[in-house]
Amino acid sequence: MTVEAPSVPTTGFQRLLSATFRAFNTNKTSWVGLGVFMTIVLLAVLAPWIAPHDPVEQNIFAKLQSPSATYWMGTDYFGRDILSRLLHGARYSLIIGIVATFFAMVVGSLIGILAGYYGGRFDLLIMQVMDILLAFPSLILGLIIVAMLGPSLTNIIIAISLTSIPSFARIARAPTIAVKEREFVEAGRALGYSDARIMFRHILPNITAEILVMFSLWTASAIRTEASLSFIGLGLKPPTPTWGGMIREGFENILDSYWLVLMPGVAILIVVFALNLLGDGLRDAIDPKLKGEQ
Amino acid sequence: MTAFLIRRSGFALITLFAVLTIIFLIVRILPGDPAQVILGDQADAASIAALRTRLGLDQPLLVQYAGFLSGALRGDWGVSLVTGRPVIQEVISVLPWTVELTFFALLIGAVIGIPLGVWAAVNRNHATDYVVRIVSLLGLSFPAFVSGILLLIGFAIQLRWFPVISGQRGTLWQWFQSLALPAINLGLIMAAYITRVTRSAMLEVLSEDYVRTARAKGVPWRAVVWRHALRNALIPIITIVGLYLGVLIGNSVLTEIVFNRPGLGKLIVGALNQRDYTMLQGMMVIYTLLVVMINLATDVVYGLADPRVKLQ
Repeated sequence: MTVEAPSVPTTGFQRLLSATFRAFNTNKTSWVGLGVFMTIVLLAVLAPWIAPHDPVEQNIFAKLQSPSATYWMGTDYFGRDILSRLLHGARYSLIIGIVATFFAMVVGSLIGILAGYYGGRFDLLIMQVMDILLAFPSLILGLIIVAMLGPSLTNIIIAISLTSIPSFARIARAPTIAVKEREFVEAGRALGYSDARIMFRHILPNITAEILVMFSLWTASAIRTEASLSFIGLGLKPPTPTWGGMIREGFENILDSYWLVLMPGVAILIVVFALNLLGDGLRDAIDPKLKGEQ
Repeated sequence: MTAFLIRRSGFALITLFAVLTIIFLIVRILPGDPAQVILGDQADAASIAALRTRLGLDQPLLVQYAGFLSGALRGDWGVSLVTGRPVIQEVISVLPWTVELTFFALLIGAVIGIPLGVWAAVNRNHATDYVVRIVSLLGLSFPAFVSGILLLIGFAIQLRWFPVISGQRGTLWQWFQSLALPAINLGLIMAAYITRVTRSAMLEVLSEDYVRTARAKGVPWRAVVWRHALRNALIPIITIVGLYLGVLIGNSVLTEIVFNRPGLGKLIVGALNQRDYTMLQGMMVIYTLLVVMINLATDVVYGLADPRVKLQ
């Protein structure tokens, strides 16, 4: 016996759309963050077509040139065009940041919902493990995992994911505990719905907004961690253009060619800041009480 | 309260034990025989066997495990495979550098962050609030190595106020020169976090009844903010800043690399690059100890501050 609520998909979608719009309008800076971030995504997607030079092509006759008409942002020690490397590097930063955070979001939310829903000893054990992981400095954890597994694209994604899973678990758990006491969940249980159905059809939609806000904040953090790992030398292998790797290489010539580190440094800062603006603004919409808390 | 403390300490001990076991297993399942890795491909079987004996790798896993656990608790973390010195000695020799950097960074962070956060909270939704919020968000968007490099370019290379490589520390002035930029770098990032935490803690407290009561009985606004409200807000601030020490540790690694400072961060990166397994194991034990102690301290402060926690 099932009693389905009448579902009207169009109005549901419209309602979602208008709710999203309202959320963005609560704090206008989230529009700025979204705009900047989407521009960078577009530039990264178009990189192969808009980059003026080949990002890995070396030209020893044009090494360490300062910004000019041919090389808008100058060239590095191997005569490679900085702008082209930046554009291609954006692809790696974004792919690693987004995929790692997405993976952490799915796994972490699942853990959090399960722990919050079932409670008891299971919850205590799971959250204790999550707390240990959470307390461990994420950069150190990332360093050790990448050093153990080797610096490939997949391994870097796994390492960064692992560092943010506990945060998503915590974020998903708290509202699950609050929501599971509400009448509509009680009603679902009375109707004989399975635990899985209650968790994913009824609890999940109620905590999606919070999880999605955290997604943008943690993508920012993931991009920063990836850059840090590359800077330390545990990123994708050269000559792959990664922003952190470019800074690492440019650091040796910092005394006379500081634009080598300045350009990728500013690029990382812009992406991370845009995502933080986006997430921070949206959080205001979800919980006015938390306004401005990080 | 005593029961609460005992329970939390018990939890901390279990955590410590669990993590030590994981570290032991991780180091054992790393690809390759450590003895083989240390001696290289050219080594003959006899010298590999000799090294295995010296490292205790030929003993049963359980014996190794017992030795590792008792060693870890006694502070005997083996000998660095690269330098041949005891791991504990290597750690102790760089520890003052990291402690000094972390201490001054926290100090700078608190001195800048707390007043800024209070100022923003008091002027909620005014221009100052927005500016403080945006600037602090920008501050915590900075990867520590990017801000470090910007400071280096600005103050060491362009203005020449500080040496680019700061190793000398004979005089007080040299000590200051070698510490200033790294501490400012880490301190400004901490300030960004502390500002935001202070702001939200103050917003919470300022809406409490006792603040209204204090206002109603005629306590000057300034005294209400700084004495009544901030004192109560400090407890959540301390707790949350305790949670951010992980961020601080991660950023101090990057700062040490950029400014070429000795410290725990440089030690662990060096150990990773040189595949110094025993050093790596020792460093992981240290970080675990740090994390468990910080967690415990945070729990205790929280328990002291909020009587309801004890009842859980």
